[in-house]
Amino acid sequence: MKKIIVTLLMMPLVAFAAGGGVHLDKADVDLDNKESMQRGAKLFVNYCLSCHSASYMRYNRMAEDLGLDEKQVQQNMMFVADFSKLEAGEPGKVGNLMKVALRTADAKQMFGTKVPDLTVVSRSRGADWLYTYLRTFYIDESRPFGMNNATFKDVGMPHVMWELEGLKKAVKETTKDADGNEHTVITGYESVVPGKMSAAEYDDAVRDLVNFMVYMGEPAQLVRYKWGVIVLIFLLILFVPAYALKKEYWKDVH
Amino acid sequence: MSKLQSFMGWVDARFPATKMWEEHLSKYYAPKNFNFWYFFGSLALLVLVIQIVTGIVLTMNYKPDANLAFASVEYIMRDVEWGWFIRYMHSTGASAFFIVVYLHMFRGLMYGSFRNPRELLWIFGVLIYLALMAEAFMGYLLPWGQMSYWGAQVIVNLFAAVPFVGEELSIWIRGDFVISDATLNRFFAFHVIALPLVLIALVVAHIIALHEVGSNNPDGIEIKKNKDENGIPKDGIPFHPYYSVKDIVGVIVFLMFFFAVVFFAPEMGGYFIEGPNFEPADPLKTPEHIAPVWYFTPFYAMLRAVPPMFGSQFPGVVVMGGAIVVMFFLPWLDRSPVKSVRYRGPLFKAALAIFAVSFIILGYLGVQPATPVLTLMAQIFTTIYFLFFFLMPWYTKIDSTKPVPERVTS
Repeated sequence: MKKIIVTLLMMPLVAFAAGGGVHLDKADVDLDNKESMQRGAKLFVNYCLSCHSASYMRYNRMAEDLGLDEKQVQQNMMFVADFSKLEAGEPGKVGNLMKVALRTADAKQMFGTKVPDLTVVSRSRGADWLYTYLRTFYIDESRPFGMNNATFKDVGMPHVMWELEGLKKAVKETTKDADGNEHTVITGYESVVPGKMSAAEYDDAVRDLVNFMVYMGEPAQLVRYKWGVIVLIFLLILFVPAYALKKEYWKDVH
Repeated sequence: MSKLQSFMGWVDARFPATKMWEEHLSKYYAPKNFNFWYFFGSLALLVLVIQIVTGIVLTMNYKPDANLAFASVEYIMRDVEWGWFIRYMHSTGASAFFIVVYLHMFRGLMYGSFRNPRELLWIFGVLIYLALMAEAFMGYLLPWGQMSYWGAQVIVNLFAAVPFVGEELSIWIRGDFVISDATLNRFFAFHVIALPLVLIALVVAHIIALHEVGSNNPDGIEIKKNKDENGIPKDGIPFHPYYSVKDIVGVIVFLMFFFAVVFFAPEMGGYFIEGPNFEPADPLKTPEHIAPVWYFTPFYAMLRAVPPMFGSQFPGVVVMGGAIVVMFFLPWLDRSPVKSVRYRGPLFKAALAIFAVSFIILGYLGVQPATPVLTLMAQIFTTIYFLFFFLMPWYTKIDSTKPVPERVTS
C-alpha cells in the first residue's frame, strides 16, 4: 500500500521524465542582474522591435522594472510609436504597448511569413532555445537572405545582429548509417567576416537579450519568488497554532 | 437568554439555521479513525471555492473574443494588479482539483466507500468527476493559445466519429466548421455559468447523500451499528469541532504545496501550463505534438490505443467513454463480504495496485508521441484498466478475507 501512495504522489514527477530533442546551450538567465536586462532591452529595441512587436508589454512597465528613467526610455528607446495618432516629431506616450508599424501583409511579402510577437516567446520557446537560436545563424546562399539557422531550419528571419557577430559558415560532417542513408550534421562554425564583437562578447550580448526576453515573458517573476517565500513562512507559522488546536481538541478522543 | 440566543431563536422560527448547523456539523457524527486519505474531500471543496473566487476575478478582465482573448490574458498577467497571482491560482487550482479528486477517488476504492449503502454517493461523485472534466476542458480553450485551440479541435472531433450524425453533431457543438470565435464564446458561457452551477448542485447532492448514510472509514465498518444509549455512534465524534480543526491543519499543509507551485513553478515544467499555449491560436498551423493537459492523458492514451475500425475512430471514443461509464457500475461489481482493503485478501490488493499503476502509466503514455511500442503498451494497460472492473465480481468473490472487528481500530 505504501508503494501505491508513493507512486501516486510522484505522478506529476514521473511525467517530467518526458522530453528531449535537439541540443540547446544553457542560457543561464539571471533576473537579479538588472544591468544585463537593461543591455538586453537596448538590443531588443534596436534589433528586434522594428519587425517584431512585443504588443502585450508597456514601455513604462519596462522602465519601472529595469530601473530606467521614463524620460530616457521615451527619448532613447521608443523608435516606433503609434504614428497614426501623433503629430510629426512628438514622442510616443511612455505607457504605450511595444507595437511596431510593420503590417502583416507586408511581412508576408518580405519574409514569406508573418512576424511573431515576441512578448511571451521566452515562455513558448524557452530561454535556452532563444540563446541557441540567436547564435546559430550561418551562411547559406540557397536562402533568400543568404543565411540559414541550425536551430530553426530555413527560418524566414535574416541574421539581424550580423554586424555584431560577423558572418560564419557551418562546418558539416556527413555520415552514413547502417541503412546507407546519409546524415549531415553541423559540427562547428568558421568565421568568414569578423563582427564588432568577439565570439565571447557576442555570447554575452545574446545572454543579455535573452535575459531581457525572459523578464518580458513574465514581469511578475521579479516579485513572484519574494512573495512565495513570505506566503510559505506565513503558512508555516500558522501551522503551529492550528496543529496545537487540533491536538488540544483531540486529547479526549480515544 | 442572551441577545444572540434570542436572535437565533427568531431566525430558527423562520429558517432552520441551527438545525442545519447541527445536522451537518456539530451533531454529524463521523468515525473517529479517519486517516490521511480523508483530507481530500474537504480539500476538494476548498479548491472548488478557490476556483470560483479566482474565476470571478478573472472574468472581470478576460475577453471571450477570438481577437482579444490571448491579449486579455496577458493583460491580466501584466496590467491587472496581482492579476498574475489570481491567474496562477486558477491554473494551478485546475490541476490541484484533479490531484485531490484522484486521491479522493482512490481512497474510495481502497476502503470500499462506494459500497452499499453509499452507491448513490459514489454515483454523484462520478458525475462530479465528469462535470469537472467538461469544466476543465472548456476552461482550457479560453486562453486561446495553440494548445487550447488544437486540444479543443481534437476533442470536439471525437464527436465527429459518432456514426451517421457525427459530422453534424461536431458542427453543432462548435457552432462552426472549425473551432472559432463562436466556439470560444459558448465554451466561455459553459465554463463560467452552466458547468459551475451543475458542479455546485452535484457537490451539494454528494454531501447530502454522505450525511444521510454517514461516512465510511478505513476499517469499512458501519459505526451506526454500535450506538450508545443516546443514539450516538460509539465510534463517532462530532464533525465540528473535531474534524473542522483537523481539516484546518490539512488545509494549511495543502496550501503550502499549492502556493509553492503558484509562486515557484506555476507552469510545473509545462504540465500545468503548456509552453505552446504561449503562442496565440493559429487555425493554419498545427503543432507538431498535441498533448492534452496531464489529467486527461490516461483517457487520451486509451483513445489512441484503439485502432480505427471500418475507417472510423469511433471504437476508440467508445473505449474512452466506457472507461468512465464503467465507474458507475463499481458498487455492483464488488462481491467481497468486506469493504476495506485492510480486511481483504491478496487478490484485491494486487488488483488495486495494478490498476493504480496502470492508470499512472496510461497517463504517462498520453503525453508521449505514439510510437508502435508505446501504443502496444497503451493497449496492454487499457486492457488491464478494464479487467480491473470486468473481473471484479470474480476475484472479489473468491478472494480470502480477514475477520472484520466490531469496533473501529485506531
